Amino acid sequence: MSDMNFEGFGELFPEINELNAPFWDGLAQSEVRLQKCGKCGVHQYPAESFCYECGAQEMSWVPVVGEGTVYSFTVVHQQYHKAFKAFMPYTVAIVQMDEGPRMLSAMLGLNKPMAIGDRVQPCIRKVSEDRSFLTYVPKDK
Amino acid sequence: MMKNLKQRYCIVGVGNTAYGRTPGQSQAALNVAAIRGALADAGLTTADLDGVLTKAPTSTFPKLWAPTIAEALRVHPNIVGTLDQAGATNIGLIQYAISCIELGQGEVVAIAYGDNPRTGTRATYARARGGDGAVAGLFGAPSSYALVAQRRMHEYGTTKEQLAHVAMTHRHHASMNPNAVFQTPITYEEYMASRWVAEPFGLLDCCPVSDGGAAYIVTTEARAKELTKAPIYIRGIGQSHPSWEFFRRPDMAASGAAVSGRLCFESAGMSTADVDFCEIYDCFTIVPIITLEEYGFVPRGKGGVFYEEGNARLDGRLPCNTSGGLLSETGMPGTQLVCEAVRQLRGECGARQVKHPEVGLVSQQGGILTTHATMLLSLEGGR
Repeated sequence: MSDMNFEGFGELFPEINELNAPFWDGLAQSEVRLQKCGKCGVHQYPAESFCYECGAQEMSWVPVVGEGTVYSFTVVHQQYHKAFKAFMPYTVAIVQMDEGPRMLSAMLGLNKPMAIGDRVQPCIRKVSEDRSFLTYVPKDK
Repeated sequence: MMKNLKQRYCIVGVGNTAYGRTPGQSQAALNVAAIRGALADAGLTTADLDGVLTKAPTSTFPKLWAPTIAEALRVHPNIVGTLDQAGATNIGLIQYAISCIELGQGEVVAIAYGDNPRTGTRATYARARGGDGAVAGLFGAPSSYALVAQRRMHEYGTTKEQLAHVAMTHRHHASMNPNAVFQTPITYEEYMASRWVAEPFGLLDCCPVSDGGAAYIVTTEARAKELTKAPIYIRGIGQSHPSWEFFRRPDMAASGAAVSGRLCFESAGMSTADVDFCEIYDCFTIVPIITLEEYGFVPRGKGGVFYEEGNARLDGRLPCNTSGGLLSETGMPGTQLVCEAVRQLRGECGARQVKHPEVGLVSQQGGILTTHATMLLSLEGGR
């Protein structure tokens, strides 16, 4: 695992702006963060200025554990971008986070296939000094 | 007659271009050829057109596209517009056409789609999903539909073997369609040997990227009766749109077909028992299975078995995708399915003709099960 190289993922990042920067800055500091509504208390992702659930504009960022279960997954065999070349075929999972939101995530370097319902935990991958991205790996037993 | 309307509406002409690769044909050219073909089929000319409605070409999504096509036809219509419901647009536009005619804004409306992603740019078909999709490795429609399929198979026990029968059935029908992109029948072994794209999908689970155009003409029953060919009656339309980014929807693997179908059958005063054949938006093999289940033709979890047992074949209980569908005729987003349903009801389909059909269902959906529309067509106008 330690020999994995993620430099090529740099160009796959979304545009980082005022709204989503806390998420990406959090990952750069090895922390998974979600927005939390000050009124109704739900966690949400992706970031917005308002709460999708109740509409309140009282969103703040909080660190979360970010563990979850695999809601669905696919093993991708077609290489759409060169960053994934070293990982072919790779798994893309939809993770139902314990905190509520569903996250889309690459699962790289798996030793065995995933199954729906498997427990997973965040694994933050470093691209550069100031940029990291969120992937998931099977939960440590 | 559709519930709450003051008169009946018909499709009186259908037209299409060659499918697959059409080098030298612009997006406008494919729309124009399809519309002129549909007008000729109806015994009408551009001078009869009161409206031009389009789905924007998926590959480039130009602005003000219907006015561009109106210019390319040299008409100044009362009604123009481009609706953004992805693959469900082609029925949504019929609903819009009917409401315009019902309001007295015109009488004859052309609805068209044409695009050249195969010879032009197909980049949109490999783009990342949403803002964070790229870094998660989610590119292209196959991977997204694969996530849906995996979940649906988990929930209801649908198998890869059953997906094979969707691909084989639609290809069997395409083998009788001289305009289909893929006409060579496929065996189960060939299906299982096709290369993986995104599990559970191999290449033969995915529709091809195709150039082409298709169009149809909608008008009133009164006008339709003045024309040469038998009018095909629009008996019911329903829409329902699950919306949202697909992976965040609570019930991700459900389509809008359950509600859009119910609304459509209600507006027609019909039930699934009245339907003689279906033309279903089959961008990937899992979709017709989900659709038949959500409509209630079969219980949930039984759509795959329905295909496996041959019920969806031309000689089966409910022939589906008689032209080969998106999987084998052309991967275009749905307009062509309406053309096929009209031709089947008219009895124009030669070797792939369903025996004396009276009612046909068209199912369209777009995005990743994001939108859905259903339409019932029939040879008779009903009460």
